[in-house]
Amino acid sequence: MLQQAFNGLVGGAFYALLALGLAVIFGMLGVVNFAHGAFYMLGAFASYVLLDSFGVNFWVALVVVPVVLGLAGAVLERLFIRRLAPLDPLYNFLFTFGLALILQDLVKREYGVQSQPYPRPDLLSGTVDLGLFGYPAYQVFVLAVSVVVCAAVWVVLTRTRVGMIVRAATERPELTRALGIDVARWVTPVFGFGIALAGLAGVLAAPMRAVNPLMGADLIITVFAVVVIGGLGSIFGSVTAGFAIGLISALGNLYVPALSQTLVFILMAAVLLWRPAGLFGREEALS
Amino acid sequence: MILSRLAARPLLLVAGLFLALALPWMIYPPVALDIACWALFAAALDLLLGFTGLLSFGHAAFWGGAAYVSSLIALHTGLPFPVAVLGGAVFAAALALPIGYLSVRLRGIYFAMVTLAFAQMVYFVVNQWRDLTGGENGLQGVPRELLGLDLSDSFVFYYAGLPLVLIGFVAVWRIVRSPFGRVLVSIRDNPARAQALGYPVQRYKLLAFVLSAGLSGLAGGLFAIGHGFASLETVYWTTSGQAVMMVVLGGIGTLWGGAIGAALVVELNDYLVTAGFEGIGIVTGTIFVLVVLVFRRGIWGTARHLLEARSGGNRPGEPTHGDTPDGTPARSRGVGSPA
Repeated sequence: MLQQAFNGLVGGAFYALLALGLAVIFGMLGVVNFAHGAFYMLGAFASYVLLDSFGVNFWVALVVVPVVLGLAGAVLERLFIRRLAPLDPLYNFLFTFGLALILQDLVKREYGVQSQPYPRPDLLSGTVDLGLFGYPAYQVFVLAVSVVVCAAVWVVLTRTRVGMIVRAATERPELTRALGIDVARWVTPVFGFGIALAGLAGVLAAPMRAVNPLMGADLIITVFAVVVIGGLGSIFGSVTAGFAIGLISALGNLYVPALSQTLVFILMAAVLLWRPAGLFGREEALS
Repeated sequence: MILSRLAARPLLLVAGLFLALALPWMIYPPVALDIACWALFAAALDLLLGFTGLLSFGHAAFWGGAAYVSSLIALHTGLPFPVAVLGGAVFAAALALPIGYLSVRLRGIYFAMVTLAFAQMVYFVVNQWRDLTGGENGLQGVPRELLGLDLSDSFVFYYAGLPLVLIGFVAVWRIVRSPFGRVLVSIRDNPARAQALGYPVQRYKLLAFVLSAGLSGLAGGLFAIGHGFASLETVYWTTSGQAVMMVVLGGIGTLWGGAIGAALVVELNDYLVTAGFEGIGIVTGTIFVLVVLVFRRGIWGTARHLLEARSGGNRPGEPTHGDTPDGTPARSRGVGSPA
């Protein structure tokens, strides 16, 4: 059971990284990025292609892929997202939906739907003794990276000047602008950073999950449910819910296997019934 | 000018009816039925998006849920197919009640996310409940029965199924034109004011959601029976997206625009599949992106806009649809709200 709990936390590590990226982008731009799952998939595929065609190893991919995808995200924001920003947020949702379809089918056309193999890096191929049981070192590494990244983002948001500006712009964009802070300057980097997080999650997923064109879409809808549970517009809530849902899903899988895929949505329904704005959300989401 | 306007409406109606009747003579009959079903689906979705201001990204649950229930009824009871289709529609409306109850409390983009998530839950349930739904194989060999008549020919079945689609369209049209529909438009444009005027906004939204789901179910049930099988794809999120795309392409809040969008998208898909093109999402996604970026009024909306510009302004009391293609801020308002 402890081992299953650990599996759950590792699954939650992916939810948390993706939910964090979604929440940061949503907070700053008011955009729900449907293409987030597609960028996660691109991250995994990019590391596969780098290794398979160019012999670039996992460690290099872990740094290069998120940076490149982050830059691509920044360009995307400059060219398109920005143009739609003054309109109803639904238009950007629809735009990123179309983009997700394009990216997914482009990869599908090139590589087919079957899963591509990606070996674990040699350094992390063994197991780690966690006292009561041995656990694959790679999974421990994934969990550690996710926790460190989420904690680092938290520190940046709460302890630095940049974080202060981002938080202020998230809460009250007009007031922040009125105080003489150039909010627009931070929009593009924040969007790129969110995309980079999705790419990082993708690279981390490559050695332990099936690398295929459809890996992102189904996951991102589950992450939407996670974000709704954590609280719409709450970065802290999204990350916490990410780990918690991973844990609960894994334990639920142990006791009620039939519910393994639907449990997160049942939880979402329960949370909506009890607290429509989510566990850590603000009331502004409500109609 | 006014005379020509008065004449235009019945003329358009007659032309539309004629087109609906002539469709299987012009194109491959199964594709004609697909167009009719998707057209009703799009109109039902527009009832919610264009006239209530709610973007549901989870209508595949109702279209696909009804597809499965109608197929199950037809497979296991041998009842006439209209009964099976209606059964599917009733199921879709019933399914929409709890989903809608939880979703209508959220606004805008949150509503879209939550409906999408619930639809995905329905997808997982259908996928896992193999004994009933056949899992990834779906339900096959669904009979098309009507009082002993042989409807296996697609050409014949089109005319057997068309009345159901037309009934659905009349229902959508009646709802939009009714006092209830007027309240929906006022909720779309200014929920706070509608609330202040004493309308129970949440209940109106929920009812609109249930009606839209039921009509989507009518279309989905007929679609499944017409094909003779219910597939997992009918409940997948891409189906929800495709329906939204038809509405946006045709013009949000135009009702008939969705039918045009449906015809174009179904024809295009059919063409690409026949041509053996892999990766339809590249094409449909590109259309989606382009429409959202530069063609937000949609086909019908653009046509109406041009007509109104020529005849000098809008008729009083008619809402002007299509969201601000010139880029005027329309944040915090519904997608279909006037510019």
